[in-house]
Amino acid sequence: MTLPALKNPVQEDLTDDRSQVFGPFLSKDDLVNSTPVKISARGVNVFYGDKQALQDIKLDIFRNQVTSLIGPSGCGKSTFIRCINRMNDVIEGCRVEGELILDNENIYGPDVDPVQLRARVGMVFQKPNPFPKSIYDNVAYGPRIHGLARNKDELDEIVFKSLDNAGLLGEVRDRMKAPGTSLSGGQQQRLCIARAIAIEPEVLLMDEPCSALDPIATARIEELFERLRKKYTIIIVTHSMQQAARVSQRTAYFHIGHLVEQGDTSKIFTEPRDKRTRDYVMGRIG
Amino acid sequence: MSNVEHIEKGMPRRHRAEKRFRFFGVAAICSGLLFLGVMFTSIIIKGAGAFSQTVVRLEIAVDPDLVSGADYAGLVKAALRKDFPEVSERGDKLQLYKLVSDGAAHELRRMVVDDPKIVGKTVIVWVPASDDVDMAFKKGLTENRRLSDRQLIWIKTLSGKGRMETKFNAAFFTSGDSREPELAGVATALTGSIFSMVVCLALALPLGVMAAVYLEEFAAKNRWTEFIEVNINNLAAVPSIVFGLLGLAIFLNFFHLPRSAPLVGGMVLALMTLPTIIIAGRSALRAVPPSIREAALSVGASPLQTVFHHTLPLAMPGVMTGAIIGLARALGETAPLLMIGMVAFIVDIPHSLLDPATALPVQVFLWADSPERAFEEKTAAAILVLLVFLLLMNMAAVVLRKKFEIRW
Repeated sequence: MTLPALKNPVQEDLTDDRSQVFGPFLSKDDLVNSTPVKISARGVNVFYGDKQALQDIKLDIFRNQVTSLIGPSGCGKSTFIRCINRMNDVIEGCRVEGELILDNENIYGPDVDPVQLRARVGMVFQKPNPFPKSIYDNVAYGPRIHGLARNKDELDEIVFKSLDNAGLLGEVRDRMKAPGTSLSGGQQQRLCIARAIAIEPEVLLMDEPCSALDPIATARIEELFERLRKKYTIIIVTHSMQQAARVSQRTAYFHIGHLVEQGDTSKIFTEPRDKRTRDYVMGRIG
Repeated sequence: MSNVEHIEKGMPRRHRAEKRFRFFGVAAICSGLLFLGVMFTSIIIKGAGAFSQTVVRLEIAVDPDLVSGADYAGLVKAALRKDFPEVSERGDKLQLYKLVSDGAAHELRRMVVDDPKIVGKTVIVWVPASDDVDMAFKKGLTENRRLSDRQLIWIKTLSGKGRMETKFNAAFFTSGDSREPELAGVATALTGSIFSMVVCLALALPLGVMAAVYLEEFAAKNRWTEFIEVNINNLAAVPSIVFGLLGLAIFLNFFHLPRSAPLVGGMVLALMTLPTIIIAGRSALRAVPPSIREAALSVGASPLQTVFHHTLPLAMPGVMTGAIIGLARALGETAPLLMIGMVAFIVDIPHSLLDPATALPVQVFLWADSPERAFEEKTAAAILVLLVFLLLMNMAAVVLRKKFEIRW
């Protein structure tokens, strides 16, 4: 099954020439900061077997910004971010076409080792999934397998710094040996963020990181974004309009496999160009 | 009628159905326990006798002439003649000699070898009674057709003088098979079983776990893996004697490995256990939540690291359970061992994996086939030993599982 081709005025504006990529989508702020593109998708199609999940996605993700992907369930947001660290590789029958470029390199290029890629593109999942190990070992796992610490002191430093950046250190400093699964849901999710940033990735993918959390835990994680984006490029999938509006600089609206509209968050929420986007952000559908 | 009334009317029927089901459940469990209880009681009652052995006290004058002729049986006979001087006829004498076991002479020989100074002196020895006397003494002296009236009188005389008693039958655990029930023991079979289990575990567990890991975590899901999966499932259901035939054809006839050896026995049992371990291992791996795999992969662990650092340790309790189910089945298996010659009459206790041996279930099978009455209790006792072995293995499995289990 393939999706019907969709005439998309917004997408048409995107050029395939990367030197001109910044043109039509740059806001005044962007021009001032001259934010370069970290990731750019050009004509990305994703298939699960015969079923097409994403059709011709053209999207630019900017460095040191939080980009929200919004849209109704099953519209392909998660599928898209799972392409960026090639987590789709483990799904049987999943096929990706098109160009997905991370810093001048095609993520699906023949020379790219997904293991190495995932060290550059970290991911936090919808449901907190700490390893059934101690808090310390959870965070230390990545640096250990990549050999990032030469000795115990260096490893300690990485672990403490990561926990601190994830806003969890104060709560767990005295019980680093306690199992990671003994923490509350919100703490577990911050532990997963600490685990992801312990290997200092360039990009952080978050697949509905707050959907299993209460508002207080959500607020704590949202506070992190502003801090984390100084170092990382963050892409977040969310079902909460308010969250997208609060935390992100840019927003992309997906609708059954198509990217309908992308732009500055303020623009998308105040003056969307497409009717479907307007209906969705106004709460009329989805 | 409103819905509420309608539902209320139906409630008693639903409660009755619930109660009925619970009753059937409890009844099923009770009958299961009852059968188990009957089985264990009958085996224990039958087998308990084998753990004690009747011994007779003899005053034996160690005659240097007979010792030099190595006629230790003669020494025992002389001692018996001295105790009952009135017996003079040849037939009666033979009956008298049959009171004590042939093992008495062996024991005497061992004593002389250990301490040659006793030659020429008179020693007091407790020697094992023959199987018929043993049975008669342990189970009451009346109603035993296998002993003559005269023999019964002699037994009464001896026990009246306090010269007959029962003691713990240590020989049952230290000696091999014998034609004489009072001398037969499970040592050969027990050692053979232990050796076979070690070989079986050492082969089947790593092979099975590796196969399960590869099929579940690495192999592409295509027609070939499906074909292999179907075949593994079929292998688990193949009658065990077929594995025996395979072992006979390959290990004995082609590779010319020794017959009756625990090594070959263990290899055949490993073939049989392998599918069970693979199937259990795969389902244990499948039960590990995919989120753990994703978590590991997302921090840049390679597929191999993901499996060995996270998936396999979490699946280990399930793998251990599967392995122990497979091993328990292998421990009780007779048929494949018959095919590779582990059914032989073997007296010597094996010291290596290549020495001839039997296994416990085979020993049970052999003794159950023997005509002597005394082998009946030996059979039950061997079954008890087998059950205790099984229990120990299961306990080890529980301990290991507890050790591997991550409880948080």
